[in-house]
Amino acid sequence: MNNVVRYSSPAIVLHWLLALLIFAAFPLGLYMVDLPLSPDKLKLYSYHKWIGVTVLMLVAIRLSWRLTHTPPPLPASIPAWQRRASAIVHGLLYLLMIAIPLSGWLMSSAKGFPTVWFGVLPLPDLVDKNRELGDLLAGVHKALNFTLLALVILHVGAALKHHFIERQPFLQRMGWGKKERT
Amino acid sequence: MTHNMTRWILLAVLAAPAAHAMEYHTVLPAQSTISFEFRQMGVPVKGGFKRFATQMAFDPAKPEAARAQVEIDLASIDAGSPEADAESAGRLWFNRSAYPKATFVSSQVRILGKNRYEMRGMLTVKGRSREIVVPVRYTPGKKTASFDGDFILKRLDFGIGEGMWADVSTVANEVQVKFRIAATGK
Repeated sequence: MNNVVRYSSPAIVLHWLLALLIFAAFPLGLYMVDLPLSPDKLKLYSYHKWIGVTVLMLVAIRLSWRLTHTPPPLPASIPAWQRRASAIVHGLLYLLMIAIPLSGWLMSSAKGFPTVWFGVLPLPDLVDKNRELGDLLAGVHKALNFTLLALVILHVGAALKHHFIERQPFLQRMGWGKKERT
Repeated sequence: MTHNMTRWILLAVLAAPAAHAMEYHTVLPAQSTISFEFRQMGVPVKGGFKRFATQMAFDPAKPEAARAQVEIDLASIDAGSPEADAESAGRLWFNRSAYPKATFVSSQVRILGKNRYEMRGMLTVKGRSREIVVPVRYTPGKKTASFDGDFILKRLDFGIGEGMWADVSTVANEVQVKFRIAATGK
């Protein structure tokens, strides 16, 4: 009965921390781009960039944790094609969590605005100022984000389906609800 | 005999600087630049002005008599991004339709050391005039000399960025201005 297996605590903390940051940065990004230039806009851009850099650093930690720790096995009832799909989606989510902040950082450099984490730690400009490249990277950043949105919907949808429809204790895997013994 | 010789050498040495004396007065716009850097949210942003007219006269033998006059076409600004270029024209920034140009007129030159000077003069931006002191380094060349310097301009002294933009925690008050004026003469 109580065969719930959880991810390790660091994995759970990193998962939700990143979820929180991404759920903050995404709508912030959508909102700020169309604002007329104002001090508030400059502030929001900075906050967005600071969150992005934080995400990139946390993903680096999370990925190294994931690569050195085996996640709990999926319930036996999950069919093979879903296991494969799950592995692909998780792989893509990791890829996007790296590619999105990176594309934002590059775009910022290309547009001539270096990234200074929390206004204190300057990040190097990986590309020189170049308007065409900046516009191109803006498009890439946006496309990657909407891909992420689609995958997150799929990811959340699948977890909710396993949990509520198939009545598998799925959300507990990520620390949701009571901690049950293995 | 030896005495005479010494006199001739002395005369030649004294005359030498005069023979090379040259007054620089023709500015080469293509080799001259005015750029600036400011911080917004702690992020350094670079910009500059592409068009400015400079009149100057500088005689290395009489540096204290040097004078310079610079007129900057504010429409030629690069404020870091197209969005900022457009914004800078507005009433809160340069109010360019009323004040299309910024000017500097020198009044006095002080000698600081070898090829280093301090130029005092009146800077007028957005209808506000203030005396500023600018360090100038003179680099002689074969035909062209360059005059370089940089100084900190406090934008709020000239009302550059009023209203919501007066908040210096977003856009810093200090703007680092750098210039290089290249000139030839005869």
